[in-house]
Amino acid sequence: MTCERLAAGTSTLHTTDPRVKLCLAFILSVTIALLEGCPAQFAALAAGFLLVCWARLPVRETAGRLVAINFFLFLVAAVVPFTTPGVTAFSFLSLPVTWQGIELALSVWLKCNAIAAVNIAFLATSTIFSLAHALAHLKVPSKLVQLFFFSWRYIHILEEELGRIRTAASLRGFRPSTSLHTYRTLAWMTGALLIKGFERGERVYMAMRCRGFNGTFWLLSHFHFHARDGVIAAAGIVASLALLIMDNRTRCILFN
Amino acid sequence: MYLVQLKEINFSYENGPSVLDGLDFVLQDHDRIAITGPNGTGKTTLFHIILGLIRPSAGEIHAFGKKMEDDNDFSECRSRAGLLFQDPDDQLFCPSVMEDVAFGPLNQGKSHNEAREIAEKTLRSLGLWHIRDRAPYHLSGGEKRLAALATILSMQPEILLLDEPTAGLAPEASEKLLAILDTYPARALVAISHDRLFLDALSAKRLVLKDGRLHS
Repeated sequence: MTCERLAAGTSTLHTTDPRVKLCLAFILSVTIALLEGCPAQFAALAAGFLLVCWARLPVRETAGRLVAINFFLFLVAAVVPFTTPGVTAFSFLSLPVTWQGIELALSVWLKCNAIAAVNIAFLATSTIFSLAHALAHLKVPSKLVQLFFFSWRYIHILEEELGRIRTAASLRGFRPSTSLHTYRTLAWMTGALLIKGFERGERVYMAMRCRGFNGTFWLLSHFHFHARDGVIAAAGIVASLALLIMDNRTRCILFN
Repeated sequence: MYLVQLKEINFSYENGPSVLDGLDFVLQDHDRIAITGPNGTGKTTLFHIILGLIRPSAGEIHAFGKKMEDDNDFSECRSRAGLLFQDPDDQLFCPSVMEDVAFGPLNQGKSHNEAREIAEKTLRSLGLWHIRDRAPYHLSGGEKRLAALATILSMQPEILLLDEPTAGLAPEASEKLLAILDTYPARALVAISHDRLFLDALSAKRLVLKDGRLHS
């Protein structure tokens, strides 16, 4: 399954209690979002990449995910230096680029990548099922947990159905081009995808009810909080505090 | 005493033609019934109605000596009557085969250790022990079908409801399925199937669903 490809592994992070990983991912994400200065943001990004390395994740897949995020970040980074008021650094096509804008773009880029890396290291190393289970353990409302779990179920189903519809179309010689025929076909495919996905979702839910599903998430290998998980939790919290203290001492000195 | 009794069941899909029309059905101890009939005549719907997954617009459902009124009644019924879906992909949703097989027993209130033991016993008896840690969506068609059957047998149902159990299976896989069904001590079995060989081997009584009713 696409979104769980990184969950198969044997590194320390893979075997850490998902509850600890969820909490740390949350704490570190909030901490990083609060950082104001570049040095601390750089440190956070470095920490994120160290975590990814520690999880021994496949490089290609992980890089692919970061590229997807950076595509959207590029749109932001390309616009912000022109639109932020401040001291002009230089002009590009007679449009002024400000120091403050560059700093903001850099800061957004650093923070987003750091948060993405931390979340890949902590969350992508668990299966969705155990994350849902961990959320339930952390007393997140059952309805939200179920919403999360079923979204994953249905996304996977939709992905499969889409694959089948595309194969069926290409087997009958469909080659997408810029034509009304293509747009109409794509619209039909989307419609078929939604209906098929919905119907399959209904059947999965029926099958779950047949087996007595009542909203409880079972995990056969139950979570055990080991001393090692405690050490990792403590290290994560210390790292968050260190980032905040560092940020307090070294507000960005690059551009001011 | 009837295991399952349906009286005067009417059912139609929203804004659609009527599917079941005054259908009566009785299932007794030791019954082996095969239901056939053209596509779209409501065979699967009939199974879904027995388990309360969908509600008929009229009629009465009795199961295990009790009239089925609300979802509480039906949830006990679902635990005692196992339904094998037409598409095993609908039935398997856990990260591993082992967890999928243990899911039902855990919902029945078994402890983790008990559920694990039951799952192990079921998987071994179906010859699936070697795939216990595989992800269900990565199995072959035959393995998927047997894994789906394992998720039901682990709940130790008294009645088996099988919806096209041999559809899409190679002959060897069908034979394996038959051998498993032969050894499982079900009190009664109902199969929707058009597979002559399978039905002959099962030596089941044939009923045809046509015009919203069952005919012998």
